[in-house]
Amino acid sequence: MLEYFLSFLILTGAALTFIGSLGLLRLKDFYMRLHGPTKATTLGVGSLLIASAIFFSSRDAGISLHEILITLFLFITAPVSAHLLAKAALHLNLRSFAKMPIKSIKEKEGASNGTIGTQILEDNPSSSNTHAPKKSVQP
Amino acid sequence: MLDSVITIALGLVAAAVAMSFWRLLRGPSMPDRILALDTLYINSIALLMLLGIHLGSALFFEAALLIALMGFIGTVALCKYLLRGDIIE
Repeated sequence: MLEYFLSFLILTGAALTFIGSLGLLRLKDFYMRLHGPTKATTLGVGSLLIASAIFFSSRDAGISLHEILITLFLFITAPVSAHLLAKAALHLNLRSFAKMPIKSIKEKEGASNGTIGTQILEDNPSSSNTHAPKKSVQP
Repeated sequence: MLDSVITIALGLVAAAVAMSFWRLLRGPSMPDRILALDTLYINSIALLMLLGIHLGSALFFEAALLIALMGFIGTVALCKYLLRGDIIE
């Protein structure tokens, strides 16, 4: 019975790890590729580690807690590294295939009013232009 | 039964390692390569765990814990380098 449960956990973990790396290989965009390893692979490795913990707890005398430690550490650090990677990608202005939300707002308002979306688009460069001379004046 | 399951799982995880290594070589931008390295060390932890179950030895946990710690620190340092141009200011 325990062997079937262990086999289920190991197969699920290996399949999830495979799917995560397949997503890393096949998806088009960096922001899409970020989803595979940070979610599927983390869950797959967590399932493999729990299978290993159950195996060594059933084989040896005591409960083996090393794997639980690694699982906790991986589950804490995976979102942190994903957040930092997304911040770095946004900083480098990587291309995204997703539609910008402001464009849909503009299309919606263009059907009724035709001004608000373009105002949002025009305000940003002007505000950055007003900021830039102040910075150059201050020193 | 467990042995054949572990063989199949080793094949799947090895294919995952190969795919993330391909992304590490090909990746068009720097965050892609960092993400591929991140996936590579997580996959290597999975590979070590499977080997530990297969060989029945409890010696692999410390190696896996060290890989997890050092991999996370490496990812954070590389991302900080991309964000700031400097790691320790």
